[in-house]
Amino acid sequence: MARLIRTEKEVEGRYEDVWLVVDEDALDQWPPGPQEIVGRPATRVTGPLRARGEARYTADLRLPGMLHTAVLRCPHAYARVRKIDFERALVAPGVRAAIGPGDAHVLTAEPGFQGEAVAAVAADTYAQARAALELVDVEWDVREPLIDPDEAVRRGQLVSEASRYERGDVDRALAEADVVVEAEYRTQTVLHNSFETHQSICEWRGNSLDIYISTQFIWGVRDEVASQLGLPPDKVRVVCEFMGGGFGSKNGADDHTFIAAELARRTQRPVRCALDRREENLATGNRNATIQRLTAGARSDGTLVALAGEYVNATGWSGWSAPTDGPMKVLYDCENVRTVLSPAKVNTPPMKAFRAPGFVEGTFGLECLLDELAARLEIDPLELRRRNYAQSTDDRPFSSKNLMECYERADPHWQRRDEVRARSEGPWKRGVGLASQVWYGGGGPPSYAWVRVGSDGRATVVTAMQDIGTGTATAMTQIAAEELGLPLDRVELVLGDSARGPYASVSAGSSTTPSMGPAVRSAAADAARQIVEIAAQRYDKEERILSLQGGKIVSADGGSWPIEEVVDLLEDAQILGKGARGPNPAGMQVLTFGVQVAEVAVDVETGEIRVERVTAIHDVGRVINPLGASSQVEGGIIQGIGHTLSEDRLLDPSSGAVLTPTLDAYKLPTIADVPEIVTELLDIPDEHLTNLGSKGLGEPPIVPTAAAIANAIRDATGADVRSLPITREEMLRALREAAERKQEKRGAAATV
Amino acid sequence: MVLELKVNGERYELDAPVGRTLAETLRDDLGLTGTKIACAEGHCGACTVLLGGVPVYSCITLLHTVGEREVTTIEGLRDHPLVDAFVKADALQCGFCTPGQIVAASALVEDNPHPSSEEIRHAMAGNLCRCGTYPKIEEAIATWQD
Repeated sequence: MARLIRTEKEVEGRYEDVWLVVDEDALDQWPPGPQEIVGRPATRVTGPLRARGEARYTADLRLPGMLHTAVLRCPHAYARVRKIDFERALVAPGVRAAIGPGDAHVLTAEPGFQGEAVAAVAADTYAQARAALELVDVEWDVREPLIDPDEAVRRGQLVSEASRYERGDVDRALAEADVVVEAEYRTQTVLHNSFETHQSICEWRGNSLDIYISTQFIWGVRDEVASQLGLPPDKVRVVCEFMGGGFGSKNGADDHTFIAAELARRTQRPVRCALDRREENLATGNRNATIQRLTAGARSDGTLVALAGEYVNATGWSGWSAPTDGPMKVLYDCENVRTVLSPAKVNTPPMKAFRAPGFVEGTFGLECLLDELAARLEIDPLELRRRNYAQSTDDRPFSSKNLMECYERADPHWQRRDEVRARSEGPWKRGVGLASQVWYGGGGPPSYAWVRVGSDGRATVVTAMQDIGTGTATAMTQIAAEELGLPLDRVELVLGDSARGPYASVSAGSSTTPSMGPAVRSAAADAARQIVEIAAQRYDKEERILSLQGGKIVSADGGSWPIEEVVDLLEDAQILGKGARGPNPAGMQVLTFGVQVAEVAVDVETGEIRVERVTAIHDVGRVINPLGASSQVEGGIIQGIGHTLSEDRLLDPSSGAVLTPTLDAYKLPTIADVPEIVTELLDIPDEHLTNLGSKGLGEPPIVPTAAAIANAIRDATGADVRSLPITREEMLRALREAAERKQEKRGAAATV
Repeated sequence: MVLELKVNGERYELDAPVGRTLAETLRDDLGLTGTKIACAEGHCGACTVLLGGVPVYSCITLLHTVGEREVTTIEGLRDHPLVDAFVKADALQCGFCTPGQIVAASALVEDNPHPSSEEIRHAMAGNLCRCGTYPKIEEAIATWQD
C-alpha cells in the first residue's frame, strides 16, 4: 500500500527533509553472510558486451541526419563579449545553425572562467563545425581575473554563505589542553577525466525531446531539461544504456545538452554535442582545491578535547560548497568542535562532485593532523584513533558502525611497520601510515523497480537506472535472482531509458546499490509471491509451505516442480512484480567507515615516492558481489594515489589559464604506478537499513588513501607533507623543514 | 583520396580526405565503434588497434599512412581468449578503455604468451584506465590461457 511519509534525504552529505510516497513491502533481511547468489562473486552481466566492443555508448550513437556541434568556449579566465558576429561562420561549408549568448541559458556574454560556453555551431560534420568556429568573430573585453581563494574570502566574494558549525567551547578546551597542534594543509584541483567525454544527442519528435546522454542521473536530466525548457517531464525522454565513467561530473544536463537541444530545435535535425578532451578538462567540473587551517587539542593521555578548522574551498565561478569540514564533525568523539567553511568564488572552472567530494580533501587534513598530534603525544597513531572512537555525534546514533572491527583487522598490517622500516636502504626510507574513513553511502528513496517473469521461467528486472561502470547492474541481477530462486543466467536487467522503466536514483553519493537494491528485491519478492500463489492453486498446497529455490517451486512437505511448469500456465501473460525503496531509519546517521594502511618508500635524495602496498578495510554493510566490490576498492585507491602523487590541474597564476587540459600534462596513474592492494570488506549487514542492510561502496575507498600515504611518508622520513599532490618539490621541502626542525632541537639542547 | 584498407580480414575501398585518422574511419565510415576515442591526441590508448600486428593509437594514425598493413580492431578479436579473461577477472568497469586494453594485450601475448608482471606493466603502460582496473587487467593477462 502506498504511504506518505516525512523522511530525510541525503546526497553526498547534504540532508533535506522531504515528503515521500513509498510503496514498500516489508521484508526481513537475509541472514548475514553469503546466500545462494548474493554475497558470492559474479562476473559483470555487461562484461562481454563491453569487452567485445559491442556495448553502445552515447559516443557510438549515430542518428539519421544527425548534425555535429562545436562549442566556442571563452579562452580567458574572465571576460565580456563586446561583439559577436556569425556572418562568416553561417556561410561556411556544412553549417546549419549557430547560436550565441541569449539563445540558450548556458551560453553567456560574461564568462567567468576559461572554457565557459559562449556560442555553438552545428554542421553536417564535426570537422566542418570546428572549422566554422574559427570564423565566428568575437571581440572580447578581457577582465582582471581573481584566482587566489584566500583573497576572494577576504573580499567576501563567495559562491554561497560561509557555513559555521560549533559544538561545545573550543577556545576554552584549547586553553586547557595539554598539547595543541596546528597545521595548514592544501589540496589541489583534480580533474575527473571520465574516458567518455560529456556528450548528448538531442532529437525533437513533435513537441517531445529525446536525449541520449552519458549521465549518472537519467531522471535528474529529465527533470532539469523539462523545467528549463518549460516542458512536461514526460515529454523529455532520457536514454543512457552504457556510459564511460562519471565520478560525480555527470549528475546534470550541463551545457552540451542545452546547446544540442536548441540547435536541434532550430534545425529540426538530431544534434550531437560532444566535448573533446581539452573541453572536458576545462568545462565539466573538478574536485576543487582547498586550504585547511586546522587545530587539535588533546590531553596527555590522548583524549581529543578540541578540533577546529578554517576551511576554504576554491569552488570556482559557481558550484556548491563540498563538506570539507565533514570528517572533522563526525569522525572522532570530541566534545568541542568548530568549523568555518568558506566557498571562494574565483575565476576558475566550477567544481562538481568528485567521488566523496569534501571528505577526500577533509580527511587528508584531519588524518594528517591526527598523526602530527600522535607524534607530539608519543602515542601510537592507531591507538590514538581507538581512544577517540565516536559512538555517535550530535546525538544522532549511527545505524551501524564497525570501525573498531576495521581497526582490529588493520592491526596485523599496522604491525608490519618495524619490518617495513627495517627494509630501508641507502636513500630509500620506508614507512607505514594509516588513516580512517567516514562517508555517507546510505542511499534513500524514491527508487523503483519492476520484475517481469515470462512463461519461459526467465525474469527481467526493469528500472530506468544507469550503471556508470560500478557494476550495479550485476548487483541488481544478483538480488533479483536470489529472491526469485533463479540461477543468475535466467535473470536479465533492462535499464537506461526513462520511457521504459520506473524512476531510479542518481548514481552518486555511493547510492545506487543501497537505493536500488532494496527496490529490486522488493519487486522480485512481489513476483515470487504471485508465482507461489499460482503454484499453491495448481498443486493444491498451502502458500506458506511453498518457496522458490534453484529454479524450482519447493514444498516443505516434499514435492518440487520446475518453475517453468507453473509460469507456463501463463502462456503469453507475464507475472509483473513491482517494488520500491523504503525510508531510511529515522533519526540515525547512515555512514560508511573504514581504514587504510599504506606502505611507502621515499628516496630522500630525489624526493621520489613509491607506494608499495595499500590495505583497505571497509565497513559498507552487506556485500552483494565481492568480486565487483574488490574492483571498486582498487579503483578508488588507484584514483587516490593519482590525487596524492601526480594529478594536478595547474593554472597560470596571472592569467588563470589552465595549463594541463591534456592527458600528457595531466598525469593519471598508469598500470605501472599500482601497488599491491589488499582488500577486506567486513560484510556485516546494517540491521537498521532496508531489506538488504547494504551501503554504497563507490566512494569510501578513495577517502583515506591520501592521508594514509602522507602518514606513511611521515613515518618513513619524519617529514610532514601537507600539500597535495606530494610532488618531489613538496617532498624535498618537507624533508628540509624536518631537517631544520631537528637542527633547532639539537641547537636548543646544546644551549641548555 | 581513394584508397584500400584491410580491416579484420575484409577489404574496403574508401574515399577519404587527406588528414582523416584511422580511428575516425573505423568508427564513422566502417561503423566499427568498438574502437573508442577518449583523448583524440595519442595520450590514453583507448583507440588502440593493431597495424600489421603492432599496437598503434588509431586516433593519431593518418589513414593514408596505413597502406597495405592489416588493421585489427576489437571486432576482429572478439573470439580471443583475452576477452573471456578480462570478463572473468573483472578487468573492466565503465569499459570505455577496455577494447583498447584487450587489443594492446593481444599483441603482448602474441609475442610473449607468459609475460611477467614487469613485462605486463611495461607493455600496458600506454593504455590508461580512469576507473583503475589495473590490478585486474594484470591478472587477466597473466591468466589468459587458463
